[in-house]
Amino acid sequence: MEIDLALVWAGIIGFAVITYVILDGFDLGIGILFPFMSETADRDVMMNSVAPVWDGNETWLVLGGGGLFAVFPLAYAVILPALYMPITLMLLALVFRGVAFEYRWRTLRWKGVWDVAFAGGSMVSAMMQGITLGALVQGIEVTGRAYSGGWWDWLTPFSIIVGVAVVIGYALLGSTWLIMKTDGSIQNRMRRYAWITAIATLSLMALVSILTPFQDAVYFKRWFAWPSLMFSLFIPLLVLFSAKGLFTGLNDHRDASPFVYSLLLFVLCFIGIAISFFPYLVPPSVTIWDAAAPEKSLSFALVGTVVLVPLILMYTAYAYWVFRGKINPEEGYH
Amino acid sequence: MLRYNAGICLCCKSHTHLQENRSMESLTAETLARAQFAFTISFHIIFPAFSIGLASYLAVLNALWLKTGNQTYLTLFEYWKKIFAVAFAMGVVSGIVMSYQFGTNWSVFADKTGPILGPLMAYEVLSAFFLEAGFLGIMLFGRKRVGPGLHMFATAMVAFGTLMSATWILSVNSWMQTPAGYAMNDVGQFVPEDWWQIVFNPSFPYRLVHMVLAAYLTTAFVVAGVAGFHLLRDNEHAASRRMFSMAMWMAVIVTPIQIVAGDFHGLNTLEHQPAKVMAMEGHYDSHPEGAPLILFGIPNPEEKRIDYAVQIPKLSSLILKHDLEAPLDGLDTIPDDEEPPVAIVFWSFRLMIGIGFAMLAVGIWALWRRWKNTLYTDRWLHRTTMLMGPAGFLAVLAGWVTTEVGRQPYTVYGLLRTSDSLAPVAAPAVATSLLAFIIVYFFVFGAGTFYLLRMMSKAPGSGTVDLNDGPLRTAGITPAAQVDTNIVDRKKTDSNDQEHLNGN
Ligand code: HDD
Ligand code: HEM
Ligand code: HEM
Repeated sequence: MEIDLALVWAGIIGFAVITYVILDGFDLGIGILFPFMSETADRDVMMNSVAPVWDGNETWLVLGGGGLFAVFPLAYAVILPALYMPITLMLLALVFRGVAFEYRWRTLRWKGVWDVAFAGGSMVSAMMQGITLGALVQGIEVTGRAYSGGWWDWLTPFSIIVGVAVVIGYALLGSTWLIMKTDGSIQNRMRRYAWITAIATLSLMALVSILTPFQDAVYFKRWFAWPSLMFSLFIPLLVLFSAKGLFTGLNDHRDASPFVYSLLLFVLCFIGIAISFFPYLVPPSVTIWDAAAPEKSLSFALVGTVVLVPLILMYTAYAYWVFRGKINPEEGYH
Repeated sequence: MLRYNAGICLCCKSHTHLQENRSMESLTAETLARAQFAFTISFHIIFPAFSIGLASYLAVLNALWLKTGNQTYLTLFEYWKKIFAVAFAMGVVSGIVMSYQFGTNWSVFADKTGPILGPLMAYEVLSAFFLEAGFLGIMLFGRKRVGPGLHMFATAMVAFGTLMSATWILSVNSWMQTPAGYAMNDVGQFVPEDWWQIVFNPSFPYRLVHMVLAAYLTTAFVVAGVAGFHLLRDNEHAASRRMFSMAMWMAVIVTPIQIVAGDFHGLNTLEHQPAKVMAMEGHYDSHPEGAPLILFGIPNPEEKRIDYAVQIPKLSSLILKHDLEAPLDGLDTIPDDEEPPVAIVFWSFRLMIGIGFAMLAVGIWALWRRWKNTLYTDRWLHRTTMLMGPAGFLAVLAGWVTTEVGRQPYTVYGLLRTSDSLAPVAAPAVATSLLAFIIVYFFVFGAGTFYLLRMMSKAPGSGTVDLNDGPLRTAGITPAAQVDTNIVDRKKTDSNDQEHLNGN
């Protein structure tokens, strides 16, 4: 049997993207919550909870981009010029956010500046990631092998709604992560924020889901035609299940379950998006197979991926294990 | 902006000025995109050049500490570790920008070369970036949590990751300089034929060796500069002495190797990219019976000659062909539209060579002082190393400018022109993003450089626990057993170092 390498790769890229969202989502979320915590000591604790792992989390974004370049060069070459502005803004925002992790501890006078850089950088990059997603769902105009739309095509009410949804969703991940990693007053505050952001996230998810089928007739058909209707019903059911788990966890003051259920919500959203997209990589015209690099590129890259990704997952898990447990503010930074 | 419609200008309904305008516009977009690439990559390379060398240095320091138990090594490790963390963060964020730049500004290039360069860069991510990032946290914050053995392992993995990163990215760059192992498909993409030939393309081994040595030298001279600074204040300071000595060994051993490696690199370039070497040497004219080595002079592109040239007859033929009488072609044999910009290449090459020989001179001076037992008291030597602290960065940048400008007008040498690589981006969009990058980079990396210099201005092990003790912060993460390394390590301290620790 012939293995469809392009399809396998679409799966791997999808995996990289969802892993990125899962891992970097909560650490961007911490930046988004920064403005709501004004005490320096609280902010120190929040940042400490991700300091040893944020770099590894962000590397999944590089794998998403680099992987696209490697195995779907056409998609990479079409999407990036089409989303020139949001991508550039995201990169600049990541610059501010990334250096803040180190700079913040190097200065007293400018600590506030790097707090703003951290919060602003996190917010803008989350927003831009959402806008990118929204713009992809709307579709990108392609002629020949190049983007042929305008410079502002990405900017629509829909893409902005998706952007806001991602910002708030990441804040939910951040607050539930902190519920798990802290105790005392920070944990209490985070429970409150988790309630608010959970309700907001679910409402926005509903709104985006209702709007998505109207972005393109294809989506509409896919979601409401038999047999995919089964999925269409199944996924909302799972969403309800996760939402219930999340609220129960918050209500019962559980440490870990709210975070786990929030992650599950994100995974479900992602599956929903994947169903809408398939088999397109750049809706509405470039399919997975159109964009795929030649067989030899796909198989060469696959060999390394199959060996290295499990290894990466193992040592990433190990790093999380090493830094497990609650942050202790008393012993914190002096 | 002008709008075009079937070859007719919408503004004045005529065909006449259209062609001109179109090329004008693509020219500015191209120039701006090139400026943006050059600006962002030049900023990026500064940090890897430092962190490749520093990661290896840290691994060596940690190993020496574990082996000898000498407190000085631990003091140095902790000192450079904090500096590494800041430099590394700057390297990471500027690198992420690079990995998207191929798509935003050079999408045609990305589409065409993706099947070949993409997998190489994917391997870089998988085998290098994850490794560095995954073990960085443990190296910075985890000594107390994982114990000395695993901590050493993590430190070694970070160093190994930086070297893997250099390996893959230089394979990518070298393939663009000396493409091999490819075919073309019917949509105009380069497609892989033989991965071995692609990865180990003709210029890759030379470039890799030269760049890794460059990173080591760059770091050695930063370390020496910092050590020189502190020795001028207190030439009894044990940690400063130790790092000065280590750096000077590097200088005297690695610089000669680097010069030889550079020579081989140049010979290889002569074989594959003769026009680049002509520009480096300033050979506008062919020399049928032995070419002179032009030491200095002013390239004159209009007249196509070097004005006020100071030259040594026949030496260039001797260096490049190992024969005084060997004929050498000049740029007169190259069509005008394939000629690289001579002046930039000519000057940047000389800057790099000049710094290389200056480094050698410092290394020999220090060796002589060591022999005379005055290594730690020669104040002029310390002042000189301070001055030479940033020299490695300059040499690295100059070297890359030589390499990259010298291969113009191609992105894939001889096959894909820079002007045909450009994304369909409009000049105003590129101009705006370029401006944003310039402002942000100067602000962010300016602040970072300031913090680095401030950290370096404190002597290693100077007792004050100030707010610069960043990595201590995650001591706040429980619950693994918390051992205060300071207490444990103090016991191990040999009396000599103890004095200085307390003295500070
Ligand atoms: C500390 C840094 C450093 C030092 C002291 C030197 N170089 Fe270098 N050089 C580099 C850092 C560098 C580099 C940044 O690593 C480059 C840029 C691209 C590359 O492959 O290496 C480079 C490129 C480069 C090239 C261009 C190769 C090409 O792309 O075609 C040549 C011919 C040399 N070097 C030769 C030398 C010689 C003869 C040196 C002895 C004085 C020397 N370099 C010192
Ligand atoms: C890291 C040190 C590097 C520096 C300082 C550097 C510098 C430059 C400069 C100055 C140019 C502009 C040349 C001109 O327009 O005349 C350029 C072009 C280019 N470089 Fe590099 N480069 C570096 C490494 C790399 C690497 C590793 C790659 C590939 C992986 C690369 C890919 C390119 C490409 C695609 C261009 C074409 C765009 C252009 O011509 O402007 N460079 N680089
Ligand atoms: C256009 C070319 C380049 C691209 C696209 C690129 C991309 C990147 C990216 C995405 C990162 C961040 C990795 C992370 O998330 O941890 C990075 C860091 C790094 N890059 Fe580059 N890079 C380029 C040129 C170079 C060159 C020429 C070298 C060295 C020879 C180099 C060596 C490194 C190293 C050692 C790091 C580790 C972090 C650091 O010290 O900065 N890169 N690069």
